[in-house]
Amino acid sequence: MNDVKDGGPEKPRAIVIGHGEFAGGLVSAVGQICGMADKLVVLSMMGMTPEDIETTIRQHLERTGARVIFTDLPAGSATIAARRIVRDDPGIVLVSGINLATLLDFVFSTDQSPTDAARAAAERGKASLIVVGR
Amino acid sequence: MPILLYRIDDRLIHGQVVVGWGQPLNIRLLILADDLVASSDWEKELYRMAVPPDMEVIFADVATAMRDHARYASDPRPGLLLTGDIGSMYRLVKGVKAIGSVNLGGIHHRAGRAEKLRYIFLTPDEEQQLRELEAAGVEVTAQDVPSARAVGLPEILEGAAR
Repeated sequence: MNDVKDGGPEKPRAIVIGHGEFAGGLVSAVGQICGMADKLVVLSMMGMTPEDIETTIRQHLERTGARVIFTDLPAGSATIAARRIVRDDPGIVLVSGINLATLLDFVFSTDQSPTDAARAAAERGKASLIVVGR
Repeated sequence: MPILLYRIDDRLIHGQVVVGWGQPLNIRLLILADDLVASSDWEKELYRMAVPPDMEVIFADVATAMRDHARYASDPRPGLLLTGDIGSMYRLVKGVKAIGSVNLGGIHHRAGRAEKLRYIFLTPDEEQQLRELEAAGVEVTAQDVPSARAVGLPEILEGAAR
């Protein structure tokens, strides 16, 4: 269920897009862990041209008012498309190479602007990687 | 070492290219033959940032790629040459006359194109160019990732593998 603030549902704070079911899977995990999946919009880029990917992201940014884009792979088509969007609007923040820790930190950082929260979440995501064993 | 893969992919440099093929083939030299990208410093920088540090990328327009193909092919590093459309690869193959196979990696839906495979959509003119390449002795197959089956041109054009 959406969080309610000021009498209405809270808008999504970011768009998540990646290869295959990556975005849907990560956001599903966010929902399962903390119930805050509604702060994220899932986009799939399967079967889309680069132009379609860019157009779709732009449409969802406009529709939702989100100012943050999360992508999976720095070399991916979605990241390339998002970088074109950031060039046109430097107020939008792109974070690429995300993991579940990144998104969890982001959705809980409601006391910051989404773009500041995204920057902090990127650092949390990097720090969450561990290696165990020899 | 010869260029290991000649690929047509409208997404240009992206995950399937640098990771999906780049890692198993140990690609260390990537040539992007694209007139638009070669003419724009911003586009080149955009795609350069998508390439891992152990892979060199060369940006060239198609005419330059034709001229320099022998140099690319004699480079000791395993190479991959990429174009974003069939027309560019067609020009390159016809101009170089030393390319034995072409991989269709991703040509997505646009107006005028018909679906042949999940990731291959072609206009009649593009179909004709591919037929001409194969008639000239160039093996044309579709294969998005190395683990997938390579689909031959007759089967692609038939659309039976959709």
